[in-house]
Amino acid sequence: MMAFWDILISASFWAAAIRIASPLIFATMGELICERAGVLNLGIEGIMVMGAFAGWFAVYLGLPLWLGVAVAFASGMVFGALHSALTVPFGLSQHVVGLGITLLATAVAAFTYRLALPQVTSPPRIEPFQPWELPVLSDIPFLGEAVFSQTALTYAAFLTAFLVALVLYRTPLGLALRAAGENPSAVAAQGLSVTGLRMGAVIVGSGLMAVGGAFLTLSAFSSFFFDMVNGRGWICIALVVFGAWRPGKAVMGAILFAAFDALQVRLQQTPIGAVLPYQLFLAMPYILSIVALVLMSRRAEVPQALMVPYNKGER
Amino acid sequence: MRLEPIANPGPARIYGLPALALGATVLVASVLALIAGANPFATLGLIVKGAFGSKFATLETLNRATPLIFTGLAVAVAFRAKLWNIGAEAQLYAGAVMTVLIGMHSWGAPWLQLPVMAALSIAAGALVLLGPVLLKTRFGVDEVVTTLLFNFIMLLFVSYLVEGPLKDPAGMGWPKSVPVAADLRLPRIAQGLRLHWGFALALISALLIWVIQTRTVLGYQIRAVGQNPQAARFAGIPVNAVLVKTALISGGLAALAGFSEVAGLKGHLSRDLSPGFGYTGIIVAMVALLHPLGVVLTALFVAGIFVGADSMSRAAGVPTYIADILMAVALLFMVLAILLTRYRVVWR
Repeated sequence: MMAFWDILISASFWAAAIRIASPLIFATMGELICERAGVLNLGIEGIMVMGAFAGWFAVYLGLPLWLGVAVAFASGMVFGALHSALTVPFGLSQHVVGLGITLLATAVAAFTYRLALPQVTSPPRIEPFQPWELPVLSDIPFLGEAVFSQTALTYAAFLTAFLVALVLYRTPLGLALRAAGENPSAVAAQGLSVTGLRMGAVIVGSGLMAVGGAFLTLSAFSSFFFDMVNGRGWICIALVVFGAWRPGKAVMGAILFAAFDALQVRLQQTPIGAVLPYQLFLAMPYILSIVALVLMSRRAEVPQALMVPYNKGER
Repeated sequence: MRLEPIANPGPARIYGLPALALGATVLVASVLALIAGANPFATLGLIVKGAFGSKFATLETLNRATPLIFTGLAVAVAFRAKLWNIGAEAQLYAGAVMTVLIGMHSWGAPWLQLPVMAALSIAAGALVLLGPVLLKTRFGVDEVVTTLLFNFIMLLFVSYLVEGPLKDPAGMGWPKSVPVAADLRLPRIAQGLRLHWGFALALISALLIWVIQTRTVLGYQIRAVGQNPQAARFAGIPVNAVLVKTALISGGLAALAGFSEVAGLKGHLSRDLSPGFGYTGIIVAMVALLHPLGVVLTALFVAGIFVGADSMSRAAGVPTYIADILMAVALLFMVLAILLTRYRVVWR
């Protein structure tokens, strides 16, 4: 029990939690934008794989790290455009198209990787983002180490969440987006294009998902592996529900979730970890996601028009 | 643009558009081959030859199709009721685990033990899907995410089993399970033919599902629930009970894929037993328009592409992942084509 407490009060533990939360925050914000506009994007898992690959590959070819992030964002937008073209104007099943996009994006990433690097046995490495100790702030005891000694991409994740919240709740665009997910007929009555709003949300949201994937290759690790996203996309979908479709709560959820993940890694090294199989610890994130979904299921804050296609003909 | 329903779509639309979707997929394959620096015609030829070009290739394709028929049926049955079972992968592994548990020690009566193995595998798979479905009917939790998450949990459980309690001591350090007893392996359909009875079981299952869907009350109820749950409830159909029954059938079918792979082909359980058969089953079911007999044909087609791409990749150097791209593209083209058989696009 002592070990447990020691872990929770250590700054390095919280630094790890915030690091682990960063890709989840990017991708959860992306999914949240899509769902607030009324589109469930199950392409998230594959788009994260694509982003992880595209960002890494761009840097591997010699581009600077930030351009790698931009390339990842663009790769996500491409698949977002495909997803939204099929689900918004054509109103195809968001479940089927989303899974199709996940399979497609994963396969395209794998195909391109093998095409570009046919012979490698161990994946080549790049020089990833290094921790950036913010001046003054990183000198604060505890918080300095836990929060202000992260890589630039982690700060960008929190900035993104802040901007998403700002746009959603403080701008006319955000109001229109949220209305497209609650009451699309009202949006159309205002003379705005539901199709345009939803497609835009899915395209930008998918870009953010891809950046979440790119965090894994450009900040967390320095190589690309086929199974590195490993269900994080599905976890982000659970986080959107857990956060009741609100950016602030979703960020808190991501940090809480990441803290559990960081905790299970550390618990494996304690006497508890010697007794229990390590797979049980690795399964914790997935089990927690299911628990979170069940706990939040009674609350009726789901965007009312989520997964409901809007066809002008059927007004 | 907007969509306008078509009152009486003609046969040209109904059959032409899906054919066009397949044609477009072939076009994508050619472009990918060009990108990879290979001759498109040669590449396509090598895929077909690698899939059906010899007796050995054809048998390999039939073997690969077997688990896909099971998972394809599992998805088709569930999707008919709009039950989004994306967890066929987990249910497959549940069946595989049960097959090893029952089959590792022979009772000396395979005629009794094999059916028990199959039945308990079905039960295990059904149970794995029952969880997410009860969460859906009781708490309204979206089953897409829960079934997906179960896939990861199940794979970790299998990893624990093959490294721990079920580890094969003679496995030379490889994480695989103890083997199924020799007299409990599914026999081959004919002497000298590398094709086991799992394939026949898959065909029988497809027929059985077709009969259930077209000739029984449950089949009718499943369709009604899928088309409009509110209306079905209003008509007195116990929607939740139908969903649970659908889940039991669907999970059981996916588990049979695991049973057949372990007892028929591999002989043991390992983490790489399924290279995503559960996910590919979704493609198989959708391209087959959720028709059980269509699932058989589509599974053969899909298996052919995977087997053919493997052998083509060795010869022409185009990465084998071309098969995965083609499958995803075929799925997306197909759902669009099916929509356009019923709706007309009107540009305003």
